[in-house]
Amino acid sequence: MTAGVLFDAPGPRTRARHRVYTVLASVVLLVVAALVVWRLAEAGQFAYDLWEPFVTPVYMKALLVDGLLKTLQMAFTAVTLAVVFGVLFGVGKLSDRGWVRWPCTIVVEFFRAVPVLLLMIFIFFSYGIGDGFGSYWSVVIALTLYNGAVLAEVFRAGIEAVPHGQSEAAYALGMRKTQVMTSILLPQGVKIMLPAIISQCVVALKDTSLGYYILAPGLTAVGKQIYGEFQNQLQTAIVVSALYIACNLVLTAVATWVQHRLVGERRQLEVGGLGLPAQTGEAGGAGHGHP
Amino acid sequence: MDWLADGYGLVLRAFLLTIELGVVAGVFSMLLGVLLAAARVGPVAVLAKAAATYVLVFRNTPLLMVFVFVFVALPKVDIPQLSFFAKGVLALTLYTSAFVCEAVRSGVNSVPLGQAEAARAVGLTFGQTMQEVVLPQAMRAALPPLASVLIALMKNTSVAAAFGLIEATARMRFFTNDNADVRTVIFLVFAIGYVVIVELMSAGAFTLERRWRVAR
Repeated sequence: MTAGVLFDAPGPRTRARHRVYTVLASVVLLVVAALVVWRLAEAGQFAYDLWEPFVTPVYMKALLVDGLLKTLQMAFTAVTLAVVFGVLFGVGKLSDRGWVRWPCTIVVEFFRAVPVLLLMIFIFFSYGIGDGFGSYWSVVIALTLYNGAVLAEVFRAGIEAVPHGQSEAAYALGMRKTQVMTSILLPQGVKIMLPAIISQCVVALKDTSLGYYILAPGLTAVGKQIYGEFQNQLQTAIVVSALYIACNLVLTAVATWVQHRLVGERRQLEVGGLGLPAQTGEAGGAGHGHP
Repeated sequence: MDWLADGYGLVLRAFLLTIELGVVAGVFSMLLGVLLAAARVGPVAVLAKAAATYVLVFRNTPLLMVFVFVFVALPKVDIPQLSFFAKGVLALTLYTSAFVCEAVRSGVNSVPLGQAEAARAVGLTFGQTMQEVVLPQAMRAALPPLASVLIALMKNTSVAAAFGLIEATARMRFFTNDNADVRTVIFLVFAIGYVVIVELMSAGAFTLERRWRVAR
């Protein structure tokens, strides 16, 4: 181990001490793991019956097609719409005209501050239920509004991250504001924003699970049906979570790859909490979308 | 606004529960998150791996699934059951501590190597290096991401509404049920409640950040 910011390079005695810590820590972790496994075995959670649905083709198909595919569809639709929302409001926030800038700022700040679930419940029970557009679109619309507001902030920060000389040079060439935005700033900003947008997909994908409350289709809905039938709550939760984790890891890997490809070692654009200035996260920290 | 005149006590109590959940889970998340971060940057490889796995799992699991584990799956394993509030805090803490860990870790990693080297070169001990040089700088760097994690936590308490805790989001659902004609007004009242909480938190973080800023 080389010297880091926290520790000097260890000498022989420190290394010996670290070996002792390693053994102790391993023992403690193993004991904890053993206790969990023992507890689960005592409670009969390893019985084959409880796991059987997940190796039965009918249920596997339900999980993957009615569950995962629907979830991905919802997330994808929401992110696509959110990008449109984000561009409109992000550019609106940068407008020179107050009557465009202020409404955009208020809308963005509002949807960033309101919990997605509150939004989703309101949309579903006001417009989605009965003859309305249903739970699927309620989830999509709620996710669009929230993620769109976050992306608006990402776009604004991304456009502002383009060096000033670029827009000054464009104005000097006689371009109009719209031209400067569409042919100079946006194309360059997109490169900086893309990893952050993909990271936002992780957030959107995770939030589709909130559809559980309004009985929207998706992984959680299928999971609910399965554990309702087999009383295998723990097993279903493990399988559903594993599916979510796998999808998110793929997305994170894509974001990291795009980051290295387009932006190099530059830190990823990250938008902090409300009112806090946008900041940069650590390099390669893709997928650190806010919870 | 009859509903508000009759029910403002309920609205206040609901927001109080939201804040309670956020604060209690916030304190526990900070504790667990800092411990995890210490394990992750520490010299013991086993602990670093274990903490990294924890963060990987909980950062990529939807919060709702964590709630399902705690509220729906845990009763299936015969262990003593917690109260609803404690379960809510447990689920929020398990989830949020992974993000706290990452925020703290990024803060520690942001301290330039030269700082610690210089501290050692002038003869400071490990404790002094930490206390006087590394941690003050790491804390400043970790503040903005920590603030956004805690703000997100406050908004995330709304997921508890799906599991029988009558906090603000669940309360809004009841009010809109009983007063369907003024739904939008009810929604706006509750939404503005959240906006106020969130803006206060972010203003607090902003003030702290400005006060702690060092001229470099």
